[in-house]
Amino acid sequence: MRLVESRLTLTVSYALLALFAFIALFPIALLVLNSLKPAAQIVQNPLALPETIRWENFTNAWNHARFSTTFLNSFIITGTTIVLVCTTSSLTAYVIARRKIKSWKILTFYLLATTTAPIQLYIFPLYFGFAKLGLINNIFGVALIYTALYSPFAVMLLRTYFIAVPKELEEAAIVDGATHWQVFWRVMLPIVSPGILTVALIIGLNSWNEFLIAITFLQKQENVTAVIAFFLLSGQYSSDWGEIMAAALIIVIPVVALFVFMQKRFIEGMAGGSVKG
Amino acid sequence: MHRLYIVPTMIINIVIVAIPALLTIVLAFYNWDGISTPTFAGLDNFRALAADRVFWTSLGNNLIWTLLFLTVPILMGLLAASMLLIVRRGSNLFQVVYFIPVVIATAITARVWQGMIYSPVTGVFGILQKYGMPIPNPLTQPHLALFGVATVDLWHWWGFLCVIFFAALRQVPQEQIEAARLEGATYFQMMRYVLLPGIWPTITLMMIMTVIWSFLAFDFVYIMTQGGPAFSSELMSTLAYRKAFYDLNVGQAAAAALVISFFGLVGTYFYVRIQTREGEQ
Repeated sequence: MRLVESRLTLTVSYALLALFAFIALFPIALLVLNSLKPAAQIVQNPLALPETIRWENFTNAWNHARFSTTFLNSFIITGTTIVLVCTTSSLTAYVIARRKIKSWKILTFYLLATTTAPIQLYIFPLYFGFAKLGLINNIFGVALIYTALYSPFAVMLLRTYFIAVPKELEEAAIVDGATHWQVFWRVMLPIVSPGILTVALIIGLNSWNEFLIAITFLQKQENVTAVIAFFLLSGQYSSDWGEIMAAALIIVIPVVALFVFMQKRFIEGMAGGSVKG
Repeated sequence: MHRLYIVPTMIINIVIVAIPALLTIVLAFYNWDGISTPTFAGLDNFRALAADRVFWTSLGNNLIWTLLFLTVPILMGLLAASMLLIVRRGSNLFQVVYFIPVVIATAITARVWQGMIYSPVTGVFGILQKYGMPIPNPLTQPHLALFGVATVDLWHWWGFLCVIFFAALRQVPQEQIEAARLEGATYFQMMRYVLLPGIWPTITLMMIMTVIWSFLAFDFVYIMTQGGPAFSSELMSTLAYRKAFYDLNVGQAAAAALVISFFGLVGTYFYVRIQTREGEQ
């Protein structure tokens, strides 16, 4: 479909789109370019191509940011969060989508309200409570907070997938003598599994990138996530921007690669709850 | 039986969100340093906030922030999304490129802009200065710091809106677009009479979310300026955080959190109304 057929319109449109693409890519290009340079060359000109490629930036970044430990922390936190969110939210989403309990409306209302509640509304008592229980620096404690934080979103998104499943399937299974649990586990879950994958991707991305909770609840160097290790490296331990950009690139590459590879799912999931027809 | 299904979600949510949120409401009326026994303070925390110049600066900054995000990224998103609709070919590639900044961690985005763009020593601004364009580092200028940070958040954010608007635009009925085209509508007429009305519900929802989200903005200010210089870029969220964890004045932090929540609540009311209305259809 073309809105207006003239060639001029097309040219202008492409020019504008290219300009927007340039804006989006320019800082990323600087990140990649300067991760390859020694610090002195960055000071000279951050825009120039590297005269000599300095691969040590990456080994230095890896060691100074303790990525072998901190990446593992990030993986454990992200993995735990994904598992907790997907299991608990699919149960709740099913109940809400099929209105299995009388209070489904209040429940929906409550969960929608918590998606928009500011973290500041609960982080202070939560922090001092965690401190009392000795849960500061506990990566599973952080995963639990992420689960609470992200599960309302997951419930709302999964709900739309459950609603799309024809009611007849469920009824047929019950006629065949399946228990409620079997209906959920054997009939519903396999059908909504694409939705669960989408939720896993978005929740994974959010927990991997999260900053405020991680910086507050993880304070020992060996317990922080990769993103916080990068933040500490760039703020306190290094002024070598080549090394800092190398550390950034190490964190960004897997995320961007996964995003480009699974873009349809990411975009569908992010836009899922937002497009009103 | 099905009641049991919601138990795990609810337990986690109540322990992590609901109970601490109620405690925050209570703490706003107490003096507490996080360690000793809290003492009742009545409205003292709110009075102290009202007398604090920084509180008013940060409230003003939050309003500026909200206005910026209600206009700039939404206009950019709409413009780019409508262009994607016009060209069609390559639209998916552009869409993916615009979305990349959204998936990069805020801490990394902040440092790239700080070191590679704004810095007069290692950044592009330094080069421009060398070539005789005296652009100061906005993060060190009291009247520019907030905008310097907001620019970074805008860069990180607008692609999300573009992708959502593009998805909505593709759902506008084809016949309407065809009809307008046959009658020789220009781009602006097409936007004004066909496309914008077609995606208005999505735009409204995004504007409500913008109001809610802009009072939650934290990462970029905390990382890039810590609210400085001289509190000029302080937001309500960073103010509350500083009061709780640096000044150990948890009561005042809780009071500030209630003020943030009040603004969020207005947006939340409309958000919940729109979302549940759709759920009943």
